Amino acid sequence: MSKGIKIALIGNPNTGKSTLFNALTGLKQKTGNFPGVTIEKSSGHFELEDGTMAEITDLPGSYSLFPKSLDETIPFKVLIDPTHPQRPDLVLFIADASNLKRNLVLLSQLIDLKIPIILALNMIDQAKAKGVEIDIACMEEKLGLPIVPISARKNIGIDKLLHQIAIGGKISTQEFTFGGQTEIEDLSQLQDSLGVTTRYNALLHLHHGFTDKTTKPAHKAALDKFRSNNLFDSGSRQRDDLLNRYKLISAILSGCIKEADTSAFKRRQEKIDGILTHKFWGYIIFFAVLFLIFQALFSLADYPMKAIIASFNWLSGKLEEAIPGGALNDLVSNGILPGLSGIMVFVPQIAFLSMFIAIMEDTGYLARVAFIMDRTMRRFGLNGKSVVPLISGTACAVPAIMSTRNIENRKSRLITIMVTPLMSCSARLPVYILLVGLAVPNRTVLGIFNLQGLALMGLYVLGFVAAIAAATVFKVLIKSKIKQYFILELPVYRLPNVNTVAITVVNKVKAFLFQAGKIIIAISIILWFLASYGPPGAFRKVEEKYAAIKPVDDAQKHVLALSEKTEKLQNSFAGDLGKAIEPVIRPLGFDWKIGIALITSFAAREVFVGTISTLYGLEGEGSDFNQLRANMLKSRDPVTHRKIYSFATIVSLLIFYAFAMQCMSTLAVTYKETASLKWTMVQLFYMTGAAYVFSLLIYQLLPVATRLF
Amino acid sequence: MVLNKNDEFLTLDKLKNGGQAVILEILDTNISIKLIEMGCLPGETVLVRMTAIGKDPIAIEVSGNLIALRRSEARSIRVKPVDA
Repeated sequence: MSKGIKIALIGNPNTGKSTLFNALTGLKQKTGNFPGVTIEKSSGHFELEDGTMAEITDLPGSYSLFPKSLDETIPFKVLIDPTHPQRPDLVLFIADASNLKRNLVLLSQLIDLKIPIILALNMIDQAKAKGVEIDIACMEEKLGLPIVPISARKNIGIDKLLHQIAIGGKISTQEFTFGGQTEIEDLSQLQDSLGVTTRYNALLHLHHGFTDKTTKPAHKAALDKFRSNNLFDSGSRQRDDLLNRYKLISAILSGCIKEADTSAFKRRQEKIDGILTHKFWGYIIFFAVLFLIFQALFSLADYPMKAIIASFNWLSGKLEEAIPGGALNDLVSNGILPGLSGIMVFVPQIAFLSMFIAIMEDTGYLARVAFIMDRTMRRFGLNGKSVVPLISGTACAVPAIMSTRNIENRKSRLITIMVTPLMSCSARLPVYILLVGLAVPNRTVLGIFNLQGLALMGLYVLGFVAAIAAATVFKVLIKSKIKQYFILELPVYRLPNVNTVAITVVNKVKAFLFQAGKIIIAISIILWFLASYGPPGAFRKVEEKYAAIKPVDDAQKHVLALSEKTEKLQNSFAGDLGKAIEPVIRPLGFDWKIGIALITSFAAREVFVGTISTLYGLEGEGSDFNQLRANMLKSRDPVTHRKIYSFATIVSLLIFYAFAMQCMSTLAVTYKETASLKWTMVQLFYMTGAAYVFSLLIYQLLPVATRLF
Repeated sequence: MVLNKNDEFLTLDKLKNGGQAVILEILDTNISIKLIEMGCLPGETVLVRMTAIGKDPIAIEVSGNLIALRRSEARSIRVKPVDA
């Protein structure tokens, strides 16, 4: 048997499913999305003792096979549709040994689908420590399935599990499907018409109502017939089905399990909860944790980020020397490499953030944060789980949006994704520093406050207020067919597992590099082209002009090279675009040079500083801000001779950078996470639209206001 | 169903922190499916373990699981209080 077997890993949330998945596959994993939906799909492979390759898919943690939303339905389609090409040969069911009753509800549903199953009883060590006694042989007999007790964290029983997988699972003869005599008969009939393997399978088709384009008319007719014949009410049928399963499972378990007195264990858990969800200390602790994350994101991540930038600069310098000049050289060293570096520079922050979130999730703390923050966030259409992404957004929206995966509530998740980029990210910081330095004097007020620092803080507050305001608007605008709940399990506290955290970090970074990276590189190349090429006539004139001048010494050569660069950028396609959009941005107080910077900073906001430097005849980033500021303040409108960088223009520009969506990395991630071009466009246009409107108002009204007061 | 003032039934949101009760029924079908799946079903004893600021959301312990839910959702769970 060289073909290999397909395994589906299924279980309730918080049963250690991903820990087992990691233990089985290590880093031989792929992550992607299920077709058409945003639910992450992880699959991996491993070799069995007989040399067979096993491909295992980690299905989303779920309490039952009943659909909650379309997104949640699709991963389970592979189980319900018998003709599905990805249908697993074996279900590896993982259950928490201390919480069997609830775990077996989902198992009983799988049993009714007549799929070969192996039951892995996880955290068997903890169950034993609590004093729970499980008679494995008794359960194997009653359930009709092979059972392997394991502890995925401690790597106990994994060998036995692998051995059992090589032997294979069993199709249980138990049946848990609930219904009266006539209904069962009707279900059997429906089963035949649909061509599915079991009655329960037919029933799940009724609940899920997979009626898309692929549904055969005959099947649809059979489903409709059953629904009208049996007055089929999906909701109450699901409820009764679940209650019936609990009854049958209790009967099975009562003979095989001796429950223990777990009050000592519970008291410890209660004590931790008493502190972490305390009405005062709970918040203090949460803000302390946030502070720690912030520090790591800004200071710790700063070193690898600088190292990445430096090594890319070195590499592009080397390349410029190594390969002969010309378009290809320029494309690589000024187009592709900066694009690559623009992606790589995010890696440290993404790694740190996903590490912290993985730890918070693995320990059970994240659920408590959601618990204490839910009430505040609810008012804005968000929920408790939106807090972490929003806060992370002040570092970078890219990992922040990736971290919204924890939000099961679809509407809240979408709103969180939409508004997170309004939080002032670290890429805005260089722009803010440059512009605040232009408009606000470096003075101390009220004894201790630095005026520029206050202005900078004001911009961060502005971002937060804007995010909350936008969320409130989206709350009204986004219609949701499914009622939104906040029903959330608060899992047992555990120490974080190093392996789980490390593998999560690696996978997040990989997913970002390969999925968002592709789009970012493509746009970088386009922007490079726009900034380095221009209409042939004008461009050649610049080249000829500078070719004619013979520099007397190296210093002059350097000056000439800089001013050639400046003139080339002014005459490039980007320059033309800047001039083309000037009529549109003129009411905001921006001239065409700012227009060029707006266009190039679509790659990333901080590019603004580099572009402005080039436009004002200075070397790129890293040069002296004060010299640049002086050059900017000197510039005047060629026609009206008014100062370009008036106070109103600077404030208007600051507002524009605070609100506008000028980050293709964020757009790429939004597209990836929402799997919707529509919502990606909504994000682009609502943010940029708001930027335009508010900058317009500020520029037009500020002079009026100052004259009045 | 209209609740009588003298009825000994309550909805779960009326229970104080630390209060214990037996679940009688869950009125909203959709909420009931979600809760039953998580182990919160009629006949089980429920304990209000903790509440967030403003007593919303609340966290209940039922069949050995700790579940957080909003007050509005707790309102659809009818319970019979038991003396601890």
